[in-house]
Amino acid sequence: MLASSEQLLKVEQIVSKYRDVPGAAIPILQEIQNELGYVSPEFIAKVAELTKIPASDLYGIVTFYSQFRLEPLGEYHIQVCHGTACHLAGAEQVTEALEIAVNTKCGSTSKDGKFTLEKVACIGCCSLAPVISVNGKIYGRMTPDKVRSLVRDLKGGDSRGK
Amino acid sequence: MANNSYKVKVGLASCGIAAGAQQVYDRFSELLQSGKLTSQAELIPTGCLGMCFCEPIVEVSTNTGERYLYGGVTAADVELILDQHLTKGEPVSELLVYGPNSHSELDSYFHKQRRIALKNCGVINPEDINSYLEVGGYQGLKKALEIGPEQVIAELKASGLRGRGGAGFPTHLKWSLTQQTPGELKYIICNADEGDPGAFMDRSILESDPHSIIEGMLIAGWAIGASKGYIYCRAEYPLAIKRLKIAIAQAEAHQFLGTGILGTDFNFSIEIREGAGAFVCGEETALIMSIEGQRGMPRFRPPYPSEKGLFAVPTSINNVETLANVPRILADGAAEFSKYGTENSRGTKVFALAGKINRGGLVEIPMGMTINELIFDIGGGISTGKPFKAIQTGGPSGGCIPAELGDTPVDYDSLSKIGAIMGSGGMLVMDEDTCMVDVAKYFLSFARSESCGKCTFCRIGTEKLLAILERITQGEGTSSDLTLIQRLAEAIKVGSMCGLGQTVPNPILTTMKYFAAEYQAHIEEGCCPAKQCKALITYQIDPELCRGCGLCARVCAVSAISGKVKEPYLIDSEQCIRCGLCISACKFNAISVESRPKTDSASLEVAQ
Repeated sequence: MLASSEQLLKVEQIVSKYRDVPGAAIPILQEIQNELGYVSPEFIAKVAELTKIPASDLYGIVTFYSQFRLEPLGEYHIQVCHGTACHLAGAEQVTEALEIAVNTKCGSTSKDGKFTLEKVACIGCCSLAPVISVNGKIYGRMTPDKVRSLVRDLKGGDSRGK
Repeated sequence: MANNSYKVKVGLASCGIAAGAQQVYDRFSELLQSGKLTSQAELIPTGCLGMCFCEPIVEVSTNTGERYLYGGVTAADVELILDQHLTKGEPVSELLVYGPNSHSELDSYFHKQRRIALKNCGVINPEDINSYLEVGGYQGLKKALEIGPEQVIAELKASGLRGRGGAGFPTHLKWSLTQQTPGELKYIICNADEGDPGAFMDRSILESDPHSIIEGMLIAGWAIGASKGYIYCRAEYPLAIKRLKIAIAQAEAHQFLGTGILGTDFNFSIEIREGAGAFVCGEETALIMSIEGQRGMPRFRPPYPSEKGLFAVPTSINNVETLANVPRILADGAAEFSKYGTENSRGTKVFALAGKINRGGLVEIPMGMTINELIFDIGGGISTGKPFKAIQTGGPSGGCIPAELGDTPVDYDSLSKIGAIMGSGGMLVMDEDTCMVDVAKYFLSFARSESCGKCTFCRIGTEKLLAILERITQGEGTSSDLTLIQRLAEAIKVGSMCGLGQTVPNPILTTMKYFAAEYQAHIEEGCCPAKQCKALITYQIDPELCRGCGLCARVCAVSAISGKVKEPYLIDSEQCIRCGLCISACKFNAISVESRPKTDSASLEVAQ
């Protein structure tokens, strides 16, 4: 996917805000991701050019921290909590049910671009375990069966769900 | 007109909101604005009371100081509370969790706790500085500015406060070391990179009482001679970050932050940095690297951050809960704080109780209380009704403590004596359905993916340890694997530079020590007593209970279930991937999980 000139302009605007902030590489990349959805190699090249931080360092940051994405998200961003409480309450099974239901593995986006599945460390709603979040909305006490019907709803009323 | 006036508080921290508290608040707001209420009622959004087990929570208090706690409130209940309690003065008994006249089982929940760090959580409006000032906010700072930096550190020393992030380093010592290092420029960092899975103490404090952290940082800055502070907070905590930003702006407007604070020559400002999702950044040198804009990889100490920290100047890094205690110690005096706890573990500790526990949530206890008191008197015992098996403290760096050691007091020394650690406050409660080998594997796989990769033993050792545990949970372990784990665990401890690597083996070593029989069952009998490890279990349909509805067969993703309608269905174990979809779909509890010791011939087959 090629970056548009508007996107690159946005990158420039973001970088210019941090001109006098020491150690700003991470906040810059975070703001780019917040504004543009992800951090593409082209954005990295642009940041490198503007800040004189080597692109290899920026790439090192993006791949080190789990927050950063090199690709855009799907329409529904589903995060499966894998905190300890969720693990004990069956997060593995919930994950598996999700992977089956949307036909993609955790850490990737479904082919139709509709769902991005992601494992996260802890959302912090342990008393609702196991928990998933869909575009930021929390769904608690999930079971494989609830996952199946939730995905069916998200797919838009396709009653067979497969 | 009723002459009563009420305060209605709705807990709006992340967990409350997830449970539906925002809708409850909005409904109250809508109905109160409609003007049909004849008594006086003030609606106050608050943070977290810590009672996750009955969210969303509404507290109604009267002008005579009576408090009524309603739990599990939905937007549909709001009108009832309004009509019955706020209008007629009659509490709604069916929603009441705790009230002034109730002698309920929650008595011990409240009476055994001591709230110092969480004092204001769920009590004040976290987005209103006046709410904080009304409960004595910024009095600790005033006191600190009066008595001077040396006395502040002396007061901290007298209080016995130790770092609440896990390691328990005495806070006064950290501050005096940073203070004594010469330098024009110094920093305070608040470590709010709460990464332990299953721990949310810091998030709750930041969301519910952000000014206490700002005040704690101000006092720390004054004590060590720093004029700038950073709050390094997980990006996964958007509400905490939002409320911190509001609090910082309000503190600036009230001249608690800025130049010439409260008429002194003390200047202090605070900047928030969002963590980007790396557990290792909870380690102080890694955290510093991250704020400096690099990969968060720990470096050798010395030099310690107190000598050479952020941007190479003296820096003191303190955890959220530690800082939350500081204003109280200054305002109420060290003696008031140190009267709680044990000789070497003064004060209280906040725990996030989760797992198979009835009253999950945040609790704050005087240190020295036993594990059993915490689990049963406060936590209300095991939620599944099954026997209590173990607790896990300290997350991936901590250990599992078996139920037999439930009399152990919760303090720094007693916990480390039995191989666990106090940790930052995550406490997972497990019942007999929890497989301890699986728990060890879980923490190890977490640690493996979070290892920064700098030290060979942590980077490759965790990988190898995980492979051994995988093997054991697959039923393919051998008895020599246990010796191998011991050797590797020791090597990782010795060969890793930072706390993450050095403590990675703890969950395995403690489970091996206290649950040896469970490892044996996996290795020698090829069975998982807790019926969790996929390779060692089978799913079965009880023909007596099965009504032949066929739902399980329809949901099965791999078509492993077959049968005729109205007759018992059958699961083909060869095809079954043990995903659990059928169990959660079955309405008659007809599907069960079994794990039987393999016969000799069967284990031979597996070996081939």
